[in-house]
Amino acid sequence: MEVLEHYHYTKEHEWVYLEDAVATVGVTDYAQSSLGEITFVELPSVESEVEQFEQFASVESVKAASDIYCPMSGKVLEVNAELEEDPELINKDCYESGWLAKIEISNPDELSKLMTADEYTNFLESIG
Amino acid sequence: MLTHIADKQTALYREHLRLSAQMTSFGGWTMPLKYSGILSEYAETRERVAMFDTSHMGEFLINGALTDGLDRIVTPKIHDMPLKSCRYGLMLNEAGGVKDDLLIYRMDVDQWMLVVNAGTTETDAQHIQAHLSGHVSFCDVSSQTVKLDVQGPRSREILGSFVPGIEKLDYYTFDEFDVLGKNIIISRTGYTGELGFELYGPEKVLLPCWSRLLEMGVQPAGLGVRDILRIEMGYPLYGHEINEDMSLLEAGLGRFVDWDKDFIGKAGLLKLKAETLPQKSAALLSDSRRAPRCGHVIFTEEGEPVGKVTSGTFSPSFKKGVGLALVKTEFGKPGQKILFGSQGQKEKGTIVRRPVYQQGSLKD
Repeated sequence: MEVLEHYHYTKEHEWVYLEDAVATVGVTDYAQSSLGEITFVELPSVESEVEQFEQFASVESVKAASDIYCPMSGKVLEVNAELEEDPELINKDCYESGWLAKIEISNPDELSKLMTADEYTNFLESIG
Repeated sequence: MLTHIADKQTALYREHLRLSAQMTSFGGWTMPLKYSGILSEYAETRERVAMFDTSHMGEFLINGALTDGLDRIVTPKIHDMPLKSCRYGLMLNEAGGVKDDLLIYRMDVDQWMLVVNAGTTETDAQHIQAHLSGHVSFCDVSSQTVKLDVQGPRSREILGSFVPGIEKLDYYTFDEFDVLGKNIIISRTGYTGELGFELYGPEKVLLPCWSRLLEMGVQPAGLGVRDILRIEMGYPLYGHEINEDMSLLEAGLGRFVDWDKDFIGKAGLLKLKAETLPQKSAALLSDSRRAPRCGHVIFTEEGEPVGKVTSGTFSPSFKKGVGLALVKTEFGKPGQKILFGSQGQKEKGTIVRRPVYQQGSLKD
């Protein structure tokens, strides 16, 4: 399973990449692989306020529907509109073109509640 | 994915592992869910050819006159079946609920093969034996039978390259064919809506046959895509669209009943037939890519609950959600606009005619 340096991770297998006050979020390689081929993505509306660890998106795959939780609180600046027509981008490239949303974060301290790449790698090993 | 330790393995189990299939537990068996990916397996089945290990299903051989019980056990008319033809039917309990659905093969005047679902094989065997008279022979050959489904518009051409004579098989007929030096039963049947064949034989024939098909580039396909294919065709799956607590009339399977004969469950069914059906099975298409899921509620556009989804998935052909549901009869007509989902989240959809997918090569 691919885990990228400089990203932070949740136990629910979302990732966040922080540049100044803007967090790009998505789901990890482990998540996309467990979900199977993704057929539908529902994203939050732009401008909406999201809370850390609360549901903010959902994805459906050929196997099941799953909730996605927001790794950090803030305001949604932009969502990945390409996923509407091509949700499989998440399977093909979950850390880059398969991103879900960009968020203007309201509390940088929340980063401490997330895992670093090393911690997430260990976490993946622990859950087998 | 976790599988139960007690789950049985088919003769092709090692092949599935070798091909890195993701395995799943189904009907007491550990079965391949997918190999390369459900969507690519879908495209192969609809456009070319794919093969499915369906050895988990049960096969019974019955040798005896129809009047010695078999005719009462199954719902369709079988006394007029030509030799080497197949017929779809159901087995009912005394109350008229569905014990299982099955395929009936007429091997000879008094020789039959029944093909039943994996999860119900044992209870079916008990039920059948309890209703056959003493001098009929019943043999459960499930454990010695490997079953391979080869399905798709190119299935005839691919199989025909090493199974001489296969091109002569008509829809819902079967025969014995020489496959790699041994005679096995092949029927022109399936569960996908495409032109296809079901092969029944011992491991020593079907394992090399599987390898031969792999070498020819035939895509192995798992239960994941099998479910999508059958939902698009509106085919029932036991435990979802049919079960012991509902009648085949609600499931829309009344045409598979011979009302002129006596059969187990007939009295209960006749009573229901005289009444108006409160609910019936229907197919639905989502307005979006969002899929109906088993357990979702069906609502009217005004939000009144009128049914439930029994199976649902994403349809790669329509690029929309597709499903089967049990709905109040007045809301089950094609064209009816509905909502599906939960109280908190409802999606728009429409009741549609079955089969939802109508471009299949089934009868080509």
